[in-house]
Amino acid sequence: MNATRRSFLKRCAGGVWAAALADRLAAEGMMPRQPHFPAKAKNVIFMFMEGGPSQLDLFDPKPGLAKYAGQPLPKEFIKFYESKLAFAQPDAGVLPSPRTFKPWGQCGTEMADWISHTAARADDICLIRSMHTDAFNHHPGQLLLFSGSMQFGRPSVGAWVTYGLGSESQDLPGFVVLASGRGTSGGVTNWTNGFLPSLYQGTVFRSSGDPILYLSNPGKLSRETQRVTLDALKDMNEQHMEDTGELDIASRISSYELAFRMQMAAPGLLDFSKETAATREAYGIDDKTTKPFGTNCLLARRMVERGVRFVLLADASWDDHTELNKKLKENCDRTDKPVGALLKDLKERGLLDSTLVVWCGEFGRTPMVEHRLGRDPEKGGRDHHPFAYSLWMAGGGIKGGQVVGKTDEFCMRAVEDPIHVNDLQATILHCLGFEHTRLTYRHLGRDFRLTDIHGHVVKKLLA
Amino acid sequence: MLKKCTVCHGPAVQTSGLRLDNSADALRGGYSGAAIAPGNPAASKVVQLAEAGKMPPAGAKLTAAEIAVLRAWIAGGAKYPAAPAAGAAKVAAKSTHWALQPVRKPAEPLVKKTDWARTAIDRFVLARLEKEGIAPSAEAERATLLRRVSLDLTGLPPTPAELAEFLADTGEGAYERVVDRLLQSPHYGEKWARHWLDLARYADSDGYEKDSPRPWAWRYRHYVIGAFNRDLGFDRFTVEQLAGDLLPDAGPEQRAAVGFYRNSLTNREGGVDTEEFRIAQVKDRTNTVGTAWLGLSVGCAECHDHKYDPISQRDYYSLFAFFNPLMDHDVEAPLAGELGPWLEARPGYEASRQAMFASYGGPELMKEWREKLLRVADQPGNNDALQFAWKYVGNLTNGLQPVLRLEESQRPREQQEQLVDYFIERASDVFEKEELEKRNWKSLQKEWAALRNGMPKITMAQSVRESFTPRKTHILMRGDFRSPGVEVQRATPASLPPLQGEPNRLNLARWLVSRENPLTARVTVNRVWQEYFGKGLSLTSEDFGARGERPTHPELLDWLAADFMENGWRFKRLHKMIAMSSVYRQSSKVRQDLKEKDPDNHLLARQTRLRLQAEAIRDAALSVSGLLAPAVGGPGVRPPQPKGVTELSYANSVKWPESKGAEKYRRGLYIFFQRTVPYPQLMTFDAPDAVLACSRRQRSATPLQALNLLNDPVFLEASQALGVRLLREERGSFEERMKLAFRLCLNREPKAKEVAMLRGHFERQAGLLRANGEEAAYLHPQSVDGATAEEGGAWTVMARVLLNLDEFLHRE
Repeated sequence: MNATRRSFLKRCAGGVWAAALADRLAAEGMMPRQPHFPAKAKNVIFMFMEGGPSQLDLFDPKPGLAKYAGQPLPKEFIKFYESKLAFAQPDAGVLPSPRTFKPWGQCGTEMADWISHTAARADDICLIRSMHTDAFNHHPGQLLLFSGSMQFGRPSVGAWVTYGLGSESQDLPGFVVLASGRGTSGGVTNWTNGFLPSLYQGTVFRSSGDPILYLSNPGKLSRETQRVTLDALKDMNEQHMEDTGELDIASRISSYELAFRMQMAAPGLLDFSKETAATREAYGIDDKTTKPFGTNCLLARRMVERGVRFVLLADASWDDHTELNKKLKENCDRTDKPVGALLKDLKERGLLDSTLVVWCGEFGRTPMVEHRLGRDPEKGGRDHHPFAYSLWMAGGGIKGGQVVGKTDEFCMRAVEDPIHVNDLQATILHCLGFEHTRLTYRHLGRDFRLTDIHGHVVKKLLA
Repeated sequence: MLKKCTVCHGPAVQTSGLRLDNSADALRGGYSGAAIAPGNPAASKVVQLAEAGKMPPAGAKLTAAEIAVLRAWIAGGAKYPAAPAAGAAKVAAKSTHWALQPVRKPAEPLVKKTDWARTAIDRFVLARLEKEGIAPSAEAERATLLRRVSLDLTGLPPTPAELAEFLADTGEGAYERVVDRLLQSPHYGEKWARHWLDLARYADSDGYEKDSPRPWAWRYRHYVIGAFNRDLGFDRFTVEQLAGDLLPDAGPEQRAAVGFYRNSLTNREGGVDTEEFRIAQVKDRTNTVGTAWLGLSVGCAECHDHKYDPISQRDYYSLFAFFNPLMDHDVEAPLAGELGPWLEARPGYEASRQAMFASYGGPELMKEWREKLLRVADQPGNNDALQFAWKYVGNLTNGLQPVLRLEESQRPREQQEQLVDYFIERASDVFEKEELEKRNWKSLQKEWAALRNGMPKITMAQSVRESFTPRKTHILMRGDFRSPGVEVQRATPASLPPLQGEPNRLNLARWLVSRENPLTARVTVNRVWQEYFGKGLSLTSEDFGARGERPTHPELLDWLAADFMENGWRFKRLHKMIAMSSVYRQSSKVRQDLKEKDPDNHLLARQTRLRLQAEAIRDAALSVSGLLAPAVGGPGVRPPQPKGVTELSYANSVKWPESKGAEKYRRGLYIFFQRTVPYPQLMTFDAPDAVLACSRRQRSATPLQALNLLNDPVFLEASQALGVRLLREERGSFEERMKLAFRLCLNREPKAKEVAMLRGHFERQAGLLRANGEEAAYLHPQSVDGATAEEGGAWTVMARVLLNLDEFLHRE
């Protein structure tokens, strides 16, 4: 320790400096914080399947559609579409699902053949068939799903959770985004901090180049040189804090130390060499098809183990207006196996109880066909459908092995236990120990919350 | 009987604009229309809602007996008792909220320490300090002051020469000469334009999923920079941005100025309802005007009456009605020197266009195109391809759908041309391939492109115009474009002074900057103030409503607002007054005696240490290293960034062709702002996301900032260049060289302690590089006479340290 630092620490009488730093960290949300009430879930893995996965082909079997194949829906059902459809005509023909559904697990939840790995975890999964939302288009739908409102500028759910609970990790960001596929419609608005402090913004881990932007030393700059730079910075910044009496400088000093710890920790996080061959196989790390999403799933588990609070897996795109059979299969092939592996792995490691897992899109898809590429049935797809769709949750605080909600015979509307996106958000916060009406932030004179002015905790979903 | 209703629809509260306790109001109805149809209970909304159990929404419902009485009463004509309640007609109660009171110019207070007080600002601040028994701080050291005022006025640190000149000039008025010089610098316009662009949610792309680039958005930024440099009065600046197109003498600048509106996001997602997102833009424009000029969160009244401020939902849509008829209109907005050659070439160009188009049978085919599209627009049938083609006209052009509806002779010249260009490009949306091949369409497209490229270049601007046919405005129930309520006329909020003259956009703009408007001047000077002291006299510069912070110095705020208005709304005058004040010139050193008395420095007994904004950090690094390209204005640039950034754009669609040469080193405000994948350094350092008006930025310190400054190749390049600069410009000792480094980066002399500390690190670094020649060559790629590679590399590292210092990122 050099002379300056020694005199500085001496002057600060046994750790006042450290206390000041701790204050700053707490004020800036880097320290763990207590929720409103004790809760099971401490972390969230939020798998966002962008574009609107087809509930009719994955989660909500409607064998009755077969007899209407190619016919328009009955009039009383068409009327729901009179106001709005994105592309298709309201009187387009009904498209029954060619998928095979069967009951899975002890609970017997019916799911489709293409997601057998996910379905094999049916006893841990709470499948909701009665979701509904207000948006017909992707970006507005994603705004609503992530920030509770279709207006811009609000914080995303990951930011709210990190704001509420702080961070357990001292060498990784509290809120991490892992992207796969082609880039989502919502982009940064899906992990924005909105009006919350910037610290709560999701940090994107990238699949090419540096996992975190500018994480690696540039070019041939060595680790030793980086250390000289950081030591010199620390000395100079501490000296300046002493000269000016500005305790804010402690935040800058700690931010550089945390940056360095991130540089040191990230390679270990990304290094899968200590994972067993069985694990690699289960997640599909060595298979070209499953590798990108499998890598993200495995990273998600490793991050949760290291105290990352909220991991958002954003996968694009499930927006199958055309060639539904081909594209949905590709998406299932890419993702289903890793998803199943993640659930199983979390459970075996005892992490599922403290980790809330959510799998969802921003809306569902129509029972009618959309023919953008001509009338060939294999070229057909489904349009956006906000009135009824499916998603599932598992883990921390959630009662697995059940189906909640029912849709009508055409999957047009939720007829039992309809659950709005804001209800989903209220329930997610509840699982983490928050009363959603009390997790607020004052902005423009108003106490804003994730659920806007809506939302009810859905008790049926809870363990 | 109505007792259950009047809690929400009575004298105290009128939810959804409905009041039921007297005849006149009750029969007028609420925002969604009539509630009572006298004589017709079945058609009366109150009956329908009561019977459906929807009203009252909470508490006891009406009993069957009560509903029967209600029906009978309405059947009998809904007669109220003869004597209505006093003051039945709703009169907006006069608000007593401070920000809505007229701006008066208070007398300057008397102070004891008269020699300290140089300006009115000082007298207001000092009077308060004296009352609290607090002494102001001493003036900052001259070097600190120069750095502070240079960064505050131009966003750039002073050069060593400027520092030396100022330190040498000990004469009377030396500081004032600096302030005057800075205000005359073209970089002043860049710095202060940036603050306005935050409010104007300026960006270079559409936002939403598609996020297409806006190639001419920069013309608006160019206008704003020029307006600040010319010191255009804020009153005129307001009129030009909100109604420039309506001015009788509207030229290119005014038509570019209304590009303010065009900064709204545009949703070109395939399946959108065009009307839904047109309405979203009108709301955005209404809300932005509310924030930027009035400092009110008017957007809260989009769905319901404002909960805290006197803005009803009717007020909101009455304001909205001013902007409702706006249409996109791309126009020529030439820069100096462009117009002459362009005009000269026009007649020939126009003739060639017509001849070429005709020779391919274009006019007939275009007529058919129009007929087909308009047919499907008016009677959507089952022709998917045509439906899409019509949608594309709405989605892919800027405002050409309504133009297509006009007869050719009625179309504005530019838009007629844009429409022909679009038709030639997209004819295949409507016509079969064979049909077009028959006409050799590909060859037309080729010749057409060549013809257009041959025209002398002219700069375009995103402008607006009023719609061709009047547009009615309705209150939208719950803000939903599918639920129109009653029609409203253009009007300003009832709680503010009335608008003079015809209610049009021009008069709205004039109303905003009228002497009677209590908000605009207060809001504006408060924002200027916040950039000098870190927070406004009212902390919540975006919200002057009831829930905003009351000003710490209300009289000073009013004095400044009044003075601003009385003196032509000139910013430079205001800047000079603040920069010259003793309050501003104080040292920012932390004072132990203030820690308890005024921990947040509300009373301004010292200056505040402020972190530089994102752009200023980039600019400072480029400037001190000598890389900065100081050109002012013009199109945006795309500096290098990691490939992974645009990979996150929707379907990887965003392109980022890196700028070359000097363009790479332009100031931060010229960086192309791609809304869905913005330039990382800007976002990491708290630049706004350009979606909503941003009235004040955060100033955070995060690990991602550290990684950005340490490892971003842009900053490494600045360190390398600075290292070379130090080697070249100072040939003396280590200490001499370090002095130059400090003068460049921190604008002060180093302390002996600091030199000693850095010498230790320098030597350690040089030792490392002696053993690692490859790294030395990497850090110091440009050889400099008389310096070894390890020495050069170690200076790069010293430069890197300086560019990362907390002090470098701040002005004190």
